[in-house]
Amino acid sequence: MSAAALVLAVFAAACVPAGSALAAARWPRRSPAVTIVLWQALGLGWCLAAVGALAGFGTADARSGVAGGALDQISRLLDGSSAASGTRGLLAGILALRLLALAASLVLLLLLCWLLAAAFAVVLRARRRQRMLLSLLAHGDPKVPGALVVDHPAATAYCVPGLRSRIVISAGALDLLDQDELAAVLAHERAHVRERHDLVLLPFTALLRAFRWSAVAREAHAAVALLVEMLADDHALRHRPARELATALLRVGAAGGAQAPVGALAAAAGDADGQVAARVSRLLRPVPRLPVAAVALIAVTAVAMVAVPGAFLALPF
Amino acid sequence: MLGTVTIVNRLGELERAIMDVLWESQDPLTVRQVSGNLIERDLAHTTVMTVLDRLAKKGLARRGRDGRAWQYRAAETREAYVTELMLNALEQTGDRHAALARFARSVSETEAAALRRALESLGRGAVRGGIQGAAGDGTGE
Repeated sequence: MSAAALVLAVFAAACVPAGSALAAARWPRRSPAVTIVLWQALGLGWCLAAVGALAGFGTADARSGVAGGALDQISRLLDGSSAASGTRGLLAGILALRLLALAASLVLLLLLCWLLAAAFAVVLRARRRQRMLLSLLAHGDPKVPGALVVDHPAATAYCVPGLRSRIVISAGALDLLDQDELAAVLAHERAHVRERHDLVLLPFTALLRAFRWSAVAREAHAAVALLVEMLADDHALRHRPARELATALLRVGAAGGAQAPVGALAAAAGDADGQVAARVSRLLRPVPRLPVAAVALIAVTAVAMVAVPGAFLALPF
Repeated sequence: MLGTVTIVNRLGELERAIMDVLWESQDPLTVRQVSGNLIERDLAHTTVMTVLDRLAKKGLARRGRDGRAWQYRAAETREAYVTELMLNALEQTGDRHAALARFARSVSETEAAALRRALESLGRGAVRGGIQGAAGDGTGE
């Protein structure tokens, strides 16, 4: 075990309350883009620190950095020259604990990679099915150029992101919204498509899938999802007045589950409750953007969130 | 390249037209019957067969044998597919989080009621309290 492992463990543990605090803070909605970068850095930093801490605890000698030490240890084990056979009692116990920590670090690393890949696979499959059904069922409409219309009375609008993206509006939403509001909805969805906001959210979805029981995983996912929506709202505001977007949001949100398809449940647990209201408030009473100095500070913090655990992993201490 | 795109679009159009024929029919149809019911009548038998085969592979059509002839029917009704799309969009089934980006996420009934009240006050030109701090003159620009 090394001091580096301790530092990494403390860092990983500190990421959890930091995530909760960031999720609860109100200033992020003043500058969503830079806060999203901070969230990404926090997530990546936690992964590096958690894997690194376990690897560090499993490593006897971190003179070539935690990562190097762990690799050394593994290669010595594979050679069978780790002198395990001759040790007794306390020494053998320590060795066993080390092996356990090393194995846990490997498992965590593989788990994190696998989670991301699995989440991506599920998403790609669902989108392929959406595009296939849309190609059979949806049609264009001159009121919403570039979007597809699905004939259903429930009011909803969404996009299927990807290389072959689609923007979809239900007949219910088409009836509910006036021409200006529809234009605002389209501007919002186009921003999602253009900037691939779905990729920003994906790692947090993967974490949420794995740690459903964890409050901080839920908070992080909800916070990033809301920031992404606010970012798309901001893009829409460059082309459309705020009030159009706000009333469109209120109408679609209020119609919500009304006339939902047979078999639809009530919206589960309302984990999106408050999000529409928060976006409308922000549109109708604009908050000033964060000053440049604050944005710079957040950016530096984001770099540090990745650089600090990265340094403890790679550099000798 | 343009040629490829045209062919892909053409296949998509044919799949859609043939699914429409299958959805409208009560009974399973042979390839010849499908051809007969298409608006575009002069399609080669093999073309229609190929498209039906693709639809069956995608799970959209089911194939069965009646005597010597293959018959096709839609796997699900059109309404069932529309419902599937909408349930997905309203976050009721499937992966609730990542696949789609929704304009307004589904909310609980209490929340929807609050939004309706806010909308009404906004219409009257004054928002009073309705939703967390949204109070203001409602012009926001």
